[in-house]
Amino acid sequence: MELMLAIGIGVFAGSAVWLTLRPRTFQVIAGFSLFGYAVNLFIFSMGRLKTDAPPLLEGGGPVDPSTYADPVPQALVLTAIVIGFALTALFLVILLALRGFSGSDHVDGREPGE
Amino acid sequence: MTGWSAHLAVMPVALPMLAAAFLLLFNEDRRRLKAIVTIATVAALVVVSALLLQSVSAGSAVPAWVYVPGNWPTPFAITLVVDRLSAMMLVLSSILSLGTLLFSLARWAWAGPRFLAFFLLLVAGVNGALLTGDLFNLFVFFEVMLAASYGLLLHGSGEKRVRMGLAYVAVNLTASMLFLIGVSLVYGATGTLNMADLARRLSDLPPENQTLFAVASAVLGTAFLVKASMWPLGFWLPRTYAAASAPAAAVFAILSKVGVYVVLRLSLLLFGTDAGAFAGFGADWLFVGGILTVLFGTAGAMAARNLPYAAGCCVMISSGTVLAALGFGTDAALGGALFYMAGSILAGGALFLLAEILEREAPEAALAADARVFADEYEDPFGSTTVEENGPVIPAAIALASAGFLICGLLLAGIPPFAGFIGKLTIFLGALPREGSLSGAAWTLIAVLTLSSFGVLMTLLRFGVAYLWTPGDGTKLPVVRIVEFSGIATLLLACILLTLWSEKGLAYADGAVSWLRDPGAYVRAVMEHQPWHGDASPGNAPQGDTP
Repeated sequence: MELMLAIGIGVFAGSAVWLTLRPRTFQVIAGFSLFGYAVNLFIFSMGRLKTDAPPLLEGGGPVDPSTYADPVPQALVLTAIVIGFALTALFLVILLALRGFSGSDHVDGREPGE
Repeated sequence: MTGWSAHLAVMPVALPMLAAAFLLLFNEDRRRLKAIVTIATVAALVVVSALLLQSVSAGSAVPAWVYVPGNWPTPFAITLVVDRLSAMMLVLSSILSLGTLLFSLARWAWAGPRFLAFFLLLVAGVNGALLTGDLFNLFVFFEVMLAASYGLLLHGSGEKRVRMGLAYVAVNLTASMLFLIGVSLVYGATGTLNMADLARRLSDLPPENQTLFAVASAVLGTAFLVKASMWPLGFWLPRTYAAASAPAAAVFAILSKVGVYVVLRLSLLLFGTDAGAFAGFGADWLFVGGILTVLFGTAGAMAARNLPYAAGCCVMISSGTVLAALGFGTDAALGGALFYMAGSILAGGALFLLAEILEREAPEAALAADARVFADEYEDPFGSTTVEENGPVIPAAIALASAGFLICGLLLAGIPPFAGFIGKLTIFLGALPREGSLSGAAWTLIAVLTLSSFGVLMTLLRFGVAYLWTPGDGTKLPVVRIVEFSGIATLLLACILLTLWSEKGLAYADGAVSWLRDPGAYVRAVMEHQPWHGDASPGNAPQGDTP
């Protein structure tokens, strides 16, 4: 499972870096979305991987924390997802505005060589 | 702090956030109402931050105190920490926002929708980032601050702003990703995100986690240094600030200092002399990076072709100065750098505002809003007839603008008699060893800071001659309204007061540095905080908002 997750994060992050360095704004925004996935999975993995372990304690009596998943990274991921989503939407608006102003979807606002 | 005054700590965040939400309820036409609410909020913030400053200044018993919004026991609580450094930054942020706000009310605030709401949210985010004692809440407040800054940067529209906005958002999104990676690595390595708890646990960190924590600190540091615009991560700053509308650029002068503040806070808290394996982590990088930032900023300012770009370079220079002084490591130099930073934030903000007034003579340069995408929302701030009737006009505007320009220029360049000189001189004195010969680092620091003073002085002289001295044909004098000038005057008055009270200011900065050099005291202040009414059981405590 660790290997799967590591490969998954690596593929997401690698594609994201390549896409954000591309010249078209749509590729950049797709890159940032993938970057968001990679980072969210990474945060999640920092709580250590466990299967069949709930993040919520059951009521009453002393509990053994080692049988539960760490809830903090999950809460962090939730916040990061919300913020990332909002900023992606904002980025999309700027992308459209730039397209409207310059008539080009190049990140510089003009086609290369113009 | 006891009684009602304990709640003062949350006001710098809560007040502007509530006021921003309130402003959204009303139509954009209710200008008087919106202006009054915003001015009242920001004026209240100035008072609150002054009270907070007083509560932690030299005469008072406590150098720091803690406020926990959810009343949970630390370190599980959301903590807001008021100490000497954060109180000082809060005062600067409030004064800068008051001056900028007054300036913007003449016309920029009405050049597009919801400027004032964005403005207040930015202030809330900055203040939250300054107060929080928790890494993840720091991220949240950074995002609040940045989201508002995206709105402010695009305010006024125009192709140039949108193009720079795209680059600015892309740079900051990348930095935020690094921030998140760093935060989660810190959690993975140490199991806590509370700064005080982190500092406490660091001394007995198991060896297998030490490398992980070093990586986490480096990644986090990179994210903060992008915001603090250290070379080579700060390439975006001058062009972005030059593209923003004047009040937005002026209030952005505090944004990069928030990055500097976090670097200061975390490196002195976590990597102090008693931090074992991590003592002095990254100090060399900060020194070299700071020096290069100062050089890059100086070269950029000298090559600048318009005044806002040069002002952006001055913002970079002041960030670089503080980073270099932090990396250099002596207390006296750092105290001087804090004092210099206080003056340069105010003067840098004022310079952006003055630049807009001076460039009004050349409307084609200032007016980027020649085309519209959202034609129903944006109106051209210079072409609108309704805005032109906004209050009486200042006579002898050029004379007043010249005086203001002189004060800003001398302060930023660090030439006597203003606060910038006193700050730089203190850095030099702090860099000089008590006995023996100068080290190479001290030579470099003194030489580079002197060089940058000359560079900034030359640049601002050049612009001063071009804008103020060269006689025009007398028909195109800038029109300055009283409310605009009162904004600039607020900032300049603060600069002059800072100069007049420089002895107290320097004593306060030294006190702040000696407080920061004692991380144990910060840890004790946070960890020994007792929840209100002594009711410490989490089951009974009111629910705090989850991060």
